[in-house]
Amino acid sequence: MRTGKLALAVLVATATIGGVVLPASAAAPVEELQKRLEAEARTGGAGFSGFSAQRGERFFKAAHGGDWSCASCHTGNPLAPGKHARTGKTIAPLAPGANPQRFTDAATVDKWFRRNCNDVLGRACTAQEKGDVLLYLTSLK
Amino acid sequence: MDNTTKRWTFDIVAWTLGLAAGLLLMAHDALAGGRLSTPADDRWKAECGSCHIAYPPQLLPAQAWRRMMSQLDRHFGADASLDAADRAHIAAFLERNAGSGRRVRGAAESLRITESAWFLHEHDEVAPASWNHPAVKSAANCAACHRSAEQGDFRERNLRIPR
Repeated sequence: MRTGKLALAVLVATATIGGVVLPASAAAPVEELQKRLEAEARTGGAGFSGFSAQRGERFFKAAHGGDWSCASCHTGNPLAPGKHARTGKTIAPLAPGANPQRFTDAATVDKWFRRNCNDVLGRACTAQEKGDVLLYLTSLK
Repeated sequence: MDNTTKRWTFDIVAWTLGLAAGLLLMAHDALAGGRLSTPADDRWKAECGSCHIAYPPQLLPAQAWRRMMSQLDRHFGADASLDAADRAHIAAFLERNAGSGRRVRGAAESLRITESAWFLHEHDEVAPASWNHPAVKSAANCAACHRSAEQGDFRERNLRIPR
């Protein structure tokens, strides 16, 4: 009986801690990411004059000398679900307007920019390119 | 033999046959893939399941997982690189739960589950037209036919081949 109560207490305590701690670690909003990219773009070289959604869209839809563009998997309409070009697995929409989970976790954003820029361009993207694409994606409603 | 003895004999024979058939089916399911139970691991499921389903670790031998996890930046033509902590955690998980013996034979060299003798044998009745179906596209797309593959369930009862 005593063990039962103890187990219950532990369970309740764990659930409470989980409930309190987990939401607090939910990540930085899109604006913070945009600011970080802007700061990076400014230090990256002279002549930074802000991000452009139009430039971002062109970048998103262009094949940069290879077989793939961003749109190959995310489609030309980032508000819609995409499909992995090789495996066919469904990819949730990339635009935050359709999928509020997107661009909310800095580590996840960095991971996918690193991988996908390497796949599409064969190099890392610049802060300017990432900021343009992010602005394009957030402008979609 | 009186009637009671006859009934008992019949019952015993029927139950024995029934149990044997059940055990045989279970053994077949286990050998054929059936249900592959993998211990829960959120990082494995999330990271290995973003571009394809998280393939059960039992389907490749430990040395194959080790090699795959050391070249994630060149993962079957795509960059699937991870940060060091996630990489180490997932590599250890895969090696701990890796397969051995008959099921993984033939897959160690290419690192492709679909090239193991076991996989080819299990799928030898699948017509080329099914593999090329737009909803399938690739043998790597387990869930196109094995509707519960994501849950590690590859039993034939949950199998629907797109037509």
